[in-house]
Amino acid sequence: MTSTALHDLGVAQLATELRERRVSAVEAAQHFLARAQAHQNLGAYVAVNPDITLAQARAQDAAIAAGTAGPLAGVPIAHKDIFVTKGFPSTAGSKMLAGYQSPFDATVVTKLADAGAVTLGKLNCDEFAMGSANENSAVAPVGFDAPAPVRNPWAADRIPGGSSGGSAVAVAARLAPAVTGTDTGGSIRQPASFCGITGIKPTYGRASRYGMIAFASSLDQAGPMARSAEDCALLLSAMCGPDPDRDSTSLDVPAENFSAKLNDSIDGLRIGIPAEFFGEGLAPDVRAAVDGALKEYEKLGAKLVPISLPRTQLSIPVYYIIAPAEASSNLSRFDGVKFGHRAKDYTDLVDMYKKTRAEGFGDEVKRRIMIGAYVLSHGYYDAYYLQAQKIRRMIADDFQNAFKSCDLIAGPVAPTVAWKLGEHGAAPLADYLADIFTLPGSLAGLPGMSVPAGFGEGGMPVGLQLLGNYFQEARLLNAAHRLQQATDFHLRRPEGF
Amino acid sequence: MTAKLIHGYEVVIGFETHTQLATQSKIFSRAPTAFGAEPNTQACAVDLALPGTLPVMNREAVACAIKLGLALGSHIAPVSIFARKNYFYPDLPKGYQISQFEIPVVQGGEVEFFLGDEKKTVRLVRAHLEEDAGKSLHEDFIGQSGIDLNRAGTPLLEIVTEPDMRSSEEAVAYAKELHKIVTWIGICDGNMQEGSFRCDANVSVRKPGQPLGTRREIKNLNSFKFMQQAIDYEIRWQIEQIEDGHAIQQATVLFDPDTGETRAMRTKEDAADYRYFPDPDLPPLHISEQWVQDERAQMAELPRTMAARFVADYGLPEYDATTLTQSKAMAAYFEAAAKACSQPKLASNWIMGEVSRRLNMAETGIEQAPVTAAQLAALIGRIADGTISNNAAKQVFDALWTGESTEVDAVIESKGLKQMNDSGALEKIIDEVIAANPDNVAQFRAGKDKAFNALVGQIMKASKGKANPTQVNELLRAKLAG
Amino acid sequence: MALTPQDIGRIANLARLELTPSESERMLTQLNDFFDIVEQMRAVDTSGVTPLAHPVAAIQDVALRLREDVASEPNQREANQQSAPAVERGLFLVPKVIE
Repeated sequence: MTSTALHDLGVAQLATELRERRVSAVEAAQHFLARAQAHQNLGAYVAVNPDITLAQARAQDAAIAAGTAGPLAGVPIAHKDIFVTKGFPSTAGSKMLAGYQSPFDATVVTKLADAGAVTLGKLNCDEFAMGSANENSAVAPVGFDAPAPVRNPWAADRIPGGSSGGSAVAVAARLAPAVTGTDTGGSIRQPASFCGITGIKPTYGRASRYGMIAFASSLDQAGPMARSAEDCALLLSAMCGPDPDRDSTSLDVPAENFSAKLNDSIDGLRIGIPAEFFGEGLAPDVRAAVDGALKEYEKLGAKLVPISLPRTQLSIPVYYIIAPAEASSNLSRFDGVKFGHRAKDYTDLVDMYKKTRAEGFGDEVKRRIMIGAYVLSHGYYDAYYLQAQKIRRMIADDFQNAFKSCDLIAGPVAPTVAWKLGEHGAAPLADYLADIFTLPGSLAGLPGMSVPAGFGEGGMPVGLQLLGNYFQEARLLNAAHRLQQATDFHLRRPEGF
Repeated sequence: MTAKLIHGYEVVIGFETHTQLATQSKIFSRAPTAFGAEPNTQACAVDLALPGTLPVMNREAVACAIKLGLALGSHIAPVSIFARKNYFYPDLPKGYQISQFEIPVVQGGEVEFFLGDEKKTVRLVRAHLEEDAGKSLHEDFIGQSGIDLNRAGTPLLEIVTEPDMRSSEEAVAYAKELHKIVTWIGICDGNMQEGSFRCDANVSVRKPGQPLGTRREIKNLNSFKFMQQAIDYEIRWQIEQIEDGHAIQQATVLFDPDTGETRAMRTKEDAADYRYFPDPDLPPLHISEQWVQDERAQMAELPRTMAARFVADYGLPEYDATTLTQSKAMAAYFEAAAKACSQPKLASNWIMGEVSRRLNMAETGIEQAPVTAAQLAALIGRIADGTISNNAAKQVFDALWTGESTEVDAVIESKGLKQMNDSGALEKIIDEVIAANPDNVAQFRAGKDKAFNALVGQIMKASKGKANPTQVNELLRAKLAG
Repeated sequence: MALTPQDIGRIANLARLELTPSESERMLTQLNDFFDIVEQMRAVDTSGVTPLAHPVAAIQDVALRLREDVASEPNQREANQQSAPAVERGLFLVPKVIE
């Protein structure tokens, strides 16, 4: 057994230790379950079930012994509570689904399980993935009786980012070696940036959405979060692949080994730098860290190329029309009839609907449902929803234009580092505006990553965003990996973890 | 040709028909569609809209749409879009129905049929694919309803007409023709009691020359009889309202078969704001020219075409041809019989007559007829070649139908039904009857035709019904003339 | 485009959300603030542009995948209804539906 603590091993190393039977899957699982328990105050986990976890671990140990183990055999991971899982409850961070038991697993969960991963539990998130700070969770984390703040391990009084806040915290605090998250408008990239870890959102359609509780259908994507690009590549390879039987938006792009090109040279790689990502709104500390990372790339032989993404600013209203519109429809199934919360007191059917949904949904969710219903309603559809979908195409075309002169696009993930808990208050607009750098890539459906690039104000992590053209995940991971070979930001740990 | 006005008002009717498609599985899930299962045993996770579920399109449902489009001469859209129709109702698990809005799969087309002697054409606006909702059960639950989602997700084609119909009779005739077509081409089982074919009738009235009146929609008519009743009632009600000085309010109404009246449903405010938008879970449906050609090549002859062919090839009147093409099975039965005996008109008469009568009494279809087309053909052959008379044939038919025997000739033999064809013996009988009935003979010669029939009757009696009537006629006339 | 309290009432009803008076007021303000940002979007000239439904349609045709017509889902009523608020004899119970 290696002298390094289990929780300091990356996925690749841990998988090797397990496969070569220097540590058992049961030991690994118990180790992380204990860490999760010891650090409950962070609010990362919303559900654990050691019985289930250890049963899975034992099965993996048996497979390893029999030589039938998959590439991730025995590796403990945790799932954002947006993925439905048999056994563990699935809440999407909402009272509406408190205690909900899904009769099936999400495809991504199944694929990771088939690869041998062991489920440690479910991770906290903003309600129905709507939020940028994980301050919108309406479920109690493990160890609490009521919803509680999800804390950034780098500073307990700061947000971890969202909506995959619990996921990012678990990785940064070493409560799991890797986790799953989802990214609709930046919900993997931004918390990864705020927590100093690595995360990737693949091309839209590359990972199945079956079993992902839907927020915005044309934007939601599953992706891994871990402490390195190398680890993300391992998970992403297991997660991606066509799901023709269950998800009609899943593309017929075959599964790929995303680790194959990690070590390719990036000499001559053209990295596009969008002018619009480096304007006045970008905090100086973030700019400094990003510039530092870009200099590293130049040292590695990459060429920085100025590009323009002229409709960057428009991505905010476009996203915040399209996503709520789709969400308002996706959330109509939560009506107290077939599953989930139902109000106790009501006078008739309509009253039952109204009270159930008023009680079950939090403020941000209600806000987005209202926006969504409005922009789809009679008389407004053309001016808002249809208009937004048209501008969306223009934004996607802008990227295609940019990719004529570069291979990758790089820039900040967010305008600032993680802010303080409660700082944005109940006004959602500040959160919306802070999404400006991640939204364009989401709208275009491009693959995107966040890679640790340094530290900023208050010693808080800063991530570098990398965006690739469709299906270019391997190239992104390669670029990220080369940066991580030249820097050690991704190896730093928050104090006490 | 204009339809009759009712109290001076012109009636304008358009139909929306929901046909359940005869697929094995649902339109967006792999749950079975069979009727009559225990509640919620055929509602899978997708049908229940469990969190994380997504729709996957059934190829066969699309094939059904193509077949309908071909049958009605419609344009089949090479690209069509699925859209969400958003509203809240307990039998609608997702809180939206996946349907088609701006760009449906089938566009235009028409349905032709006869109303009496008059040929009518009803134009289609469109037909689109969508999913059926579940069912609410109200009995047995006090103050509550029980929701069964087995039906949720069953594929439907909603077939929408222009408001081309001008009477309840025409509307019912249209519905019957459409019913025939969808069952004929095999896309729908046509079982109206099970809800496979449901019509909504949009009815309005106006004084001729005036713009269209406000229409009310009678929902879920699933019997032709009720269809006519409901529309007739609604017309009378609307006219009465207008005559009393009340404007017609747009409404959705239900027909109550017990009272024979239509009644407005509880109005749902904002019911019209369905917030349609293209379903982001379903990319556009592409239908290639090749697929359409393949379906066209596989499609059986359509009823109208076949009827025209019966008229042309078999010399049948249009009425016969239309009646015989009421179902594929009946048309096949006719053709088999006609080809086997080469007597198409006789075959037609027998099928429209005796065969249909007995089938109706037994309430079964021609597929279950105990007399096969071959047997009928054999029977007709024996009539045509003079072996038996029509009367005798009825007895043979009866024996075959009841299963007494399966062989035409065997029955003729055993019942001694052979017509007397021996003219010698017949002449002898005729001579005897003439001799025995001098008064009739005299009356006939005096110009009274009835007397002739009386003589024929006597001859038939004397021959115990075995004389060939045609021969009797000929010989008797000859003898009386001579 | 300023929303009115009537708009809030109408949309809340469409979305089957019960809002308290103070919630409605707050919602009105927040939505109006939001729509101020959205206004810039409306002025963009999008003539001739087709909406982008599936993101990858930006570079290639994305067509609906069709599956074979096979009824392969077994009856899993119990598992599917395990989280149902009210079930009796296999039926989901709701307040009476009046037509």
